Amino acid sequence: MALTPSPLDPAAASRRFTVKAGDPFVHEIGRGQYVRIVDLEGNQAVDTLFYNADNYADRYSAQDTIRTQGNIYLTAGSQLISTEGNVLLTIVADTCGRHDTLGGACAAESNMVRYDIGKRYMHACRNTFLKGAIAWEHGPRGERLDKCDLTSNINFFMNVPVTPEGRLTFEDGISEPGKYVELRSEMKTLMVISNCPQLNNPCNGYNPTPVEILIWDADVL
Amino acid sequence: MEASTLWKETIPGAGTWSHILKRGTALRLMDTEGGANVGAYFLNAALPAERFNLPDTLKAQHTAKLTRGHVLMSDMGRILCSITEDSLGWHDPLSGCSNAALVAKKYGQADYQEHRNAWHQNAYDGFLIELAKYGLGSRDLQATVNFFSKVSVSQDGALKYAEAHSPAGSFVELRAELDTLVILNTCQHPLDPSPVYAPKPVELVVSRVPPPADDDYCFTYRPENGRAWLLTQRYLL
Repeated sequence: MALTPSPLDPAAASRRFTVKAGDPFVHEIGRGQYVRIVDLEGNQAVDTLFYNADNYADRYSAQDTIRTQGNIYLTAGSQLISTEGNVLLTIVADTCGRHDTLGGACAAESNMVRYDIGKRYMHACRNTFLKGAIAWEHGPRGERLDKCDLTSNINFFMNVPVTPEGRLTFEDGISEPGKYVELRSEMKTLMVISNCPQLNNPCNGYNPTPVEILIWDADVL
Repeated sequence: MEASTLWKETIPGAGTWSHILKRGTALRLMDTEGGANVGAYFLNAALPAERFNLPDTLKAQHTAKLTRGHVLMSDMGRILCSITEDSLGWHDPLSGCSNAALVAKKYGQADYQEHRNAWHQNAYDGFLIELAKYGLGSRDLQATVNFFSKVSVSQDGALKYAEAHSPAGSFVELRAELDTLVILNTCQHPLDPSPVYAPKPVELVVSRVPPPADDDYCFTYRPENGRAWLLTQRYLL
């Protein structure tokens, strides 16, 4: 896998946030701004959704994205396509090499199906997404996010290979401490993250850890 | 109780169809001419905020294709419909649906004013119009599946559309495990490389079917399916 480092200097970032495992993070990204997600301790899945910040119904579409680029994996050069055909963001740097579009988010309900009915009360991404959505009150016309806005997400740093025979598996991560992915926002977008708390499969190496979010302004380069 | 046909009908090419498929009934799709594509989306008719969830369906069954034995899961861990019969072995859950820009780019513009019912339609608009009839909108439309089409994934992640995948007479059957709003659209697959606008018809048969047993092939296909069936049964109590 080809890796593409970024020329941007963390010291020049305009904002820096640490997002603990199990927490949501919701933030608007201006047109032209750069956002970097750093896997601080390695093998962390970062479940992420993007929206047109002026119209939340126009949102990241996994199927439109993978069909447009003809490939299920995301890496540098990938454009994230919305339901209305807009390019929301472009991945401009990637030191991990592959990110997942198919695995979606863990949920109390899907954990019951996948592992055991008794897993209902383990923390899960869709509860985190809902917590972040419910708390967000900054829509362009005062609109808020709710369950209907939570669609198939990107899993940054997660490894979900598909075989030519059509088998899909969750594998050990290919990320390591300090690996990052960086995107340029092609329009004003809203980023909604659940830093995955999953303990039942290797998507986080069975050890969910914090990630760092860095944002650079459009004129940094 | 034997299966008994309730009615048959044909969706013409580029048509959109919807129906609340009741528990205890099944829907058979037949590609009568060969080369059909049927985009499909599913919601819990009684609770439309619960809808088909593609990632949950794929990861629970460790699959990137759909065939007999697979079930279509909602975001609430329940089974909307089970795939009880399939002559093809591979239906595409990855590629999504065509939209106005894709159809115009591939086939050119053809409006209703000039072309009447041969106008160029697209699946995304078809889905949105049909959803609106139930008071639902674009936020309610998530990932769709494509019956009768095959798109495989190579080792490097590249999508590969299989040409001439579905011969005439191919069929797939869905059994509703809870009352499911089914929306179908027969526009061409968005990765169909043919430059000719020629969407194919499909025949539908809706039947009354016996209630499934706990050892049904679909519920024992994987242990995950059995747990989803348990959650579905609890919902129905």
